[in-house]
Amino acid sequence: MRHGKYPFVIGFLFAPVALYVTFVIWPYAQAFQISMTNWRGLSAPQWVGFDNYRRLLDDGAFWKAVQHHGVLLLALPLITIAIALFFAFLLNVGGKSSGGQRQGVWGAKFYRVVFFFPQVLAVAIIAVLFQMVYRPNESGLINGVLMKIGLEPILFLVKPNLALWSILAVLVWQAVGFYVVLFSAGMASIPGEIYEAAEMDGASRVTLFFRVTLPLLWDTLQVAWVYLGIAAFDAFAIVAVLSVDGGGPDGATTVLAMEIYRNAFVYSKYGYASAMGVALFFLTLTFAALTLRLTKRESVEY
Amino acid sequence: MNPQSTLPPTPAALPPKTGDPSAAGGRRDKDPRSEVRLFAGLGHVALAVWAVIVIVPILWTFLAAFKNTSEIFSSPWTLPAELRWENFGRAWTKAHVGRYFLNSVLVVGCSTFGTMLLGSMAAYVLARYRFWGNRAIYYLFVSGLAFPVFLALVPLFFVVKQLGMLDTYQGVILVYIAYSLPFTIFFLAAFFKTLPTSVAEAGMIDGCGHSRLFFQVMMPMAKPGLISVAIFNIIGQWAQYQLPLVLLSNAKDKWVLTQGIADISVNAGYEADWSGLFAALTIAILPMIIVYAVFQRQIQAGLTSGAVK
Repeated sequence: MRHGKYPFVIGFLFAPVALYVTFVIWPYAQAFQISMTNWRGLSAPQWVGFDNYRRLLDDGAFWKAVQHHGVLLLALPLITIAIALFFAFLLNVGGKSSGGQRQGVWGAKFYRVVFFFPQVLAVAIIAVLFQMVYRPNESGLINGVLMKIGLEPILFLVKPNLALWSILAVLVWQAVGFYVVLFSAGMASIPGEIYEAAEMDGASRVTLFFRVTLPLLWDTLQVAWVYLGIAAFDAFAIVAVLSVDGGGPDGATTVLAMEIYRNAFVYSKYGYASAMGVALFFLTLTFAALTLRLTKRESVEY
Repeated sequence: MNPQSTLPPTPAALPPKTGDPSAAGGRRDKDPRSEVRLFAGLGHVALAVWAVIVIVPILWTFLAAFKNTSEIFSSPWTLPAELRWENFGRAWTKAHVGRYFLNSVLVVGCSTFGTMLLGSMAAYVLARYRFWGNRAIYYLFVSGLAFPVFLALVPLFFVVKQLGMLDTYQGVILVYIAYSLPFTIFFLAAFFKTLPTSVAEAGMIDGCGHSRLFFQVMMPMAKPGLISVAIFNIIGQWAQYQLPLVLLSNAKDKWVLTQGIADISVNAGYEADWSGLFAALTIAILPMIIVYAVFQRQIQAGLTSGAVK
């Protein structure tokens, strides 16, 4: 493979690398630089050092957003993984066993197909869909029923202390199916003999789940946690479309991506928005590193 | 830890041990069977409830698309009195859902094609050729997986603006491709590494050039991997909301479906055209159901491919 190797290598790499550097690497590098300026788009940017970061510390909206990420970061993975694990276990090993071969419950295939479907839809579309579901009057899917039976409507997106949870519920609604499929794949690779042996010892379903499935699925769970954590740091589309005036009411559902977008493209505070971007970057990085560190344990060989 | 050794026989499961060990080849049946029934019964209820939670909002949207405004308000849970197809007509033409839909198809079609072409070229070279800087370039691409797009949003906007590609299809397409490359290359490089070298060597001996070898031998061999990543990219790019919002803000005629539907939902509030919004949503969701029904297996494999190492 000697002749003409370099022209070929360069020819194949040139376009992808050029594109990637122009639209990804170069903007990332610039973001750090812009975050140190007071650029508003009109005049030349002035260097202000860490001023933007100092202002971040006193910015109520920023801290609210960080706090919401904290809530999402704990609740989204916890709830999604719990539900998905339960369903995946039912679908794969919940049914009767024949000759040691564990089977899922009846209709497992149907459930898996249905549960996964929301994953195919765009988050922005789902957000519009749930705007209708959550509507505060008779035309809403949920409140329509509540009002029919004479109850007060629930103001899902308007009540400040309920709004974030309503949004979280939609994220869970979309995510569960994906993790059911992911965990199913993990469970399918656990050898049947292990279940058989555990059953011989008289293990119940609950014991099987906590003592066999869970430890052997640890690596997959770790991946799921990181994925959901990254999703919790994004959440732009859902908050921008579903919440009352982009992160409202009164900032009760705002996230960093929302604040970055608002500061940059509504207020034209490019320097300040970039500083938020950098903060988000370090938060994400810290989370990923912490997760991998904290969940590190000896994986089970089988 | 060893799962078997940490499994003490629980008291509840002990009695049958003394029962009939002969039944069904050593399997104890009596107690586990009732346990199975209870567990499976409760499980079925939970599964069915979740299936309803997933299906009902979508089905309800489809039904509401045929209603008029007064029906939507007075009886959100009943069937429409008649099938009002004009709601769809209004959504397709007046609300421009048709336009947005075709824009999405155009943008995602071009960018997925570009991503697959450039991504597989780069991944192939990085996976199978040794040259100076190989690892550096590989890690440059893969590091992109760790960065949130929001970090770069402001500079990206100005880069695209300076290139004169703001509010153009090609601007969005190129940006989509660039941001899809990290995962595509990460996944495909691993895939190309697993392909046997013997075929490539045979091709070289037969006088096959490097590029011909790639397009006519390696690409067909990598087909399963390519399909998985292509599906991953199509779904991801179809769902994009943030990037088009920033890059196409002033060109409403080029908006993609996610942007368009979000905008229609805002306008529906002003114009009180709720049935039109439901129809628009239906137009956005129904094709996905059809595509999903046909390619369900490949889509599940493609989307989870990133997480299964």
